[in-house]
Amino acid sequence: MRFNKDMDYVHWSKYFFSFSIVLTVLGVVFLGFMGLNYSVDFKAGSNVDVSLTKSITQAELQPALDSLNFEHAPSITFGENRVNIRYDEVLENEQSEALKAEISKLDAQASFEINTVDTEMARELARNAIYSVLLSSLGIIIYVSIRFEWRFALASIVALLHDAFMVVAVFSIFRLEVDITFIVAVLTIIGYSINDTIVIFDRIRENLRFGKQKTYEDLKVLVNKSISQTLMRSLYTAFTVFIAAFFLLVMGGESIKMFSLAMVVGLLFGAYSSIFIASPLWLLLKKRQKPAVKNNAV
Amino acid sequence: MKRLLSFIITVLVLTGVMAFTTPGLLDKVRLGLDLKGGFEILYQASPMDNGGELTRASLQQTAKSLEKRANALGTSEPEVTTEGTDRIRLKIAGVTDEAEVREKMKEPAVMTFRSAAEGDAAGVYSKIELVGSDFVEGAAEVQRSNLNQPEISISIKDKAKFAEITKRLLGKELAIYLDENLLSAPFVRAELTDGKASISGNYTLDEARELADTINLGALPLKLTEKYSQSVGATLGKQSLDQTVRAGLVGSLIILIFMIGMYRLPGILASFALILHTWLLILVFVVADFTLTLPGIAAFILGIGMAVDANIITNERIREEIRSGKGIMSSVKAGNKTSFRTVMDANVTTIIVAAVMFAFGTGAVKGFALILIVEIVLSILTNLYFTHWLLTVLVKAGALKKPKQFGVKESDISAL
Repeated sequence: MRFNKDMDYVHWSKYFFSFSIVLTVLGVVFLGFMGLNYSVDFKAGSNVDVSLTKSITQAELQPALDSLNFEHAPSITFGENRVNIRYDEVLENEQSEALKAEISKLDAQASFEINTVDTEMARELARNAIYSVLLSSLGIIIYVSIRFEWRFALASIVALLHDAFMVVAVFSIFRLEVDITFIVAVLTIIGYSINDTIVIFDRIRENLRFGKQKTYEDLKVLVNKSISQTLMRSLYTAFTVFIAAFFLLVMGGESIKMFSLAMVVGLLFGAYSSIFIASPLWLLLKKRQKPAVKNNAV
Repeated sequence: MKRLLSFIITVLVLTGVMAFTTPGLLDKVRLGLDLKGGFEILYQASPMDNGGELTRASLQQTAKSLEKRANALGTSEPEVTTEGTDRIRLKIAGVTDEAEVREKMKEPAVMTFRSAAEGDAAGVYSKIELVGSDFVEGAAEVQRSNLNQPEISISIKDKAKFAEITKRLLGKELAIYLDENLLSAPFVRAELTDGKASISGNYTLDEARELADTINLGALPLKLTEKYSQSVGATLGKQSLDQTVRAGLVGSLIILIFMIGMYRLPGILASFALILHTWLLILVFVVADFTLTLPGIAAFILGIGMAVDANIITNERIREEIRSGKGIMSSVKAGNKTSFRTVMDANVTTIIVAAVMFAFGTGAVKGFALILIVEIVLSILTNLYFTHWLLTVLVKAGALKKPKQFGVKESDISAL
């Protein structure tokens, strides 16, 4: 029943490189033209989440909201026993109290979550997150260069940035909402992605010690072998983390839905990039150094 | 036999400790506002209009005053922390009258001493002589005047300054304002050098006490503006907590079943280590007094997936060694050794990422990074060292000797 793991991953990676490049270009285009669908975290305004004990219809809610006479009309989204009301203006204290009072008239047991945001905060968080990604990339380059060599470092950084960008691209293309937890999700994916890549690189490093790789073909065989040796582990680990993220997505709290979705998407890309992007990329870099390989191997 | 015994005792004792302590520990985990309801305000501090400086000390002073104020309102465990150079985050759980708390926090009672500037009409005092931060914090108290009338005594930090003011205003009025309310406007009868002043009026004892409290709370050295606020209803928080924990339990259970199904006996060891890992993590949360938030739970659950990676790597490696025809003992030894290096390198790189996030991030990102670091360190202890040890003990005790127990088919083993 065991499927044949000994495929020519390096050969296949050509197609995956193209796939990733197309997706990256698509992501850049979408980001450039449409940007991201930012949640209230990144837009000044107030977000009111109401948990209801009975169902309320739009027809019941609308007059209640209209009676408040707020400047901007809110956008309202109904969920199962909950309703989300978003204002593009920051609600003053009295306004949110009035809103609560109106809705409490419809459902006395309603529970509220009101978020008011100054865009500066979210932007600062995003800015800091980008800095941390760049700075941690630097840290990884240094560590991996010491423990492995710079080619591994470079390849793992490319895979890491690839994964992070893919998630951003997917969120842009499908117009999924980007909130503060999204930033956290992308950072986790980066952590996971580097972890996953290093395990395969570790195997390549180990195999390099044993054999004598004279030609590009030798190296290619070695990379394929290393990938197939670690493949089950890559799949199983991706599976377990996927299970965790998946159940958070379908059963977890409303406010981490987008977080979990970003995680699920990122995990799949993380596992994919470790196998089809990072390792072949290392090979590509190593190929240029081929004469030196010959010398080393003697 | 001795080895097997030490294995059994270790497992039993740990299981006992975990089963016994877990309910108590869970109760002690400090929940974030998004899980238990409450509200959070982030303030931006700026110097008062009439001078004063924004320094580390004045920021901390302001935070302290805010905390006092929140305590005075009878809220449970208000959390006030300074962030960066000019921000203060205030978290209050279980508030019943949110509007009132906010009002009290936002609009500090500012006491000022003022004198009549040139051109002021009678009874109007517009020249500010002393501001809130000039008064000794918490020094306002009720005392009785010579006529047995309640009055409030206050102390001024800079005695010389007060002496100068009273000298200059000798025979004139020095008005005392709380915000824009004129409390009293006594005549300065003498140069006051002891830095003490009193506010008298027709107060009842209760009124005087209330006023003294307001003054004590009012000495905020900095002006605060609300940057961000979040309020979560208690029911909604509970709901998020329940849903997310349930999701975590189901996810973890499937991971455990998967591990046991895939790796048999070593899978059971891994599952045990995973439970131990989770228990230790909760213990760290309680001991270090971390606050568990919704993204925190998410990190928690994902960490389980990542911790189990150490076991997957080890077990896959051992299987590989067995398949290559090595004996069980040497397979386990080789598997533990090589997987150890792999896991360490992978984890150190992840820690680098998390450490940078911790150093650079704010709020949610920082908390998340911290949990990630703790998780990785713990997983090295439990899912690497501990499971390796358990496995070695079992093999040495002779309880694990067939490839089948590792989930390896005899037919897959190549002759050496």
